[in-house]
Amino acid sequence: MDPAFVEAFKFAISNFFSTMLSTEVEIADPSVSSSFESVFDVSGIIGLSGDVQGSVVVSFPTSTAEAVVTKFAGMPMSQDDDDFTDAIGEVTNMIAGGAKSNFPDTSVSISCPSVVVGHGHKVFRRHDLPVIEFACTCDCGAFAVQVTLKKETAEGSGNPTAQAA
Amino acid sequence: MKILLIDDSRTMRNIQKNVLQQIGIQEVTEAVDGEDGMKQYLSSQPTLILCDWNMPNVDGITFVQRLRAAGHKTPVIMVTTEAEKAKVVEAIKAGVNGYVVKPFTPDLLKTRIDEVMSKAA
Repeated sequence: MDPAFVEAFKFAISNFFSTMLSTEVEIADPSVSSSFESVFDVSGIIGLSGDVQGSVVVSFPTSTAEAVVTKFAGMPMSQDDDDFTDAIGEVTNMIAGGAKSNFPDTSVSISCPSVVVGHGHKVFRRHDLPVIEFACTCDCGAFAVQVTLKKETAEGSGNPTAQAA
Repeated sequence: MKILLIDDSRTMRNIQKNVLQQIGIQEVTEAVDGEDGMKQYLSSQPTLILCDWNMPNVDGITFVQRLRAAGHKTPVIMVTTEAEKAKVVEAIKAGVNGYVVKPFTPDLLKTRIDEVMSKAA
């Protein structure tokens, strides 16, 4: 992955958590994972199109997701609340949107977020591209941001499909 | 002051409503996209509009273009993740009066509201 994209995602993750949650995030160096590896219990998914195509998945264990959205919304929120998936979607939107705004010399659009809830679910992405994972830790718990990107206007939407395992 | 808050995320509407309440604004009408926003605008006649950009159905920039095309001059602050210079320029050309990039602090939103309303006065 272009180092500028790596820095854009690191900045977007840190900026979201520090600005909206007053929380610092520890972000490990990015690693490559399988294109269909299982993620955590709750995943926000956004597709990218334009000069850069691909997807961004922000995935949390349930306890971390509940802690994050509680801080974000400023009120207690559990997985059973009506606004839980809305809040996870907005977290994903701000991270993906914040990152793409810092991609150098590109015009990129992001989709509206989708949210998948379910233990052991998998997110299937383009199998011809590596999945770059940013393992993150904050005082809400551990979570991951997984990114699949291709910098060109090639064939294919880059949008993932999700499947509950 | 009457505010029209257009955002497809109820969480974001609640966060912004909390900020508005902190500065003493209680009269807030909500809309879930640009189409709903136009209906709510015509029925509530707000003094300021806070509008997201990326929304299903009618997005924020289309809402602003339609609002201005209809001759309405109510100030609009775009509250969005779209931070690229080209997007900001596009928004200003469409008739947006202020711009707040998500994520934002409550202070930034308050400051931008003050700035826009001062110019509109």
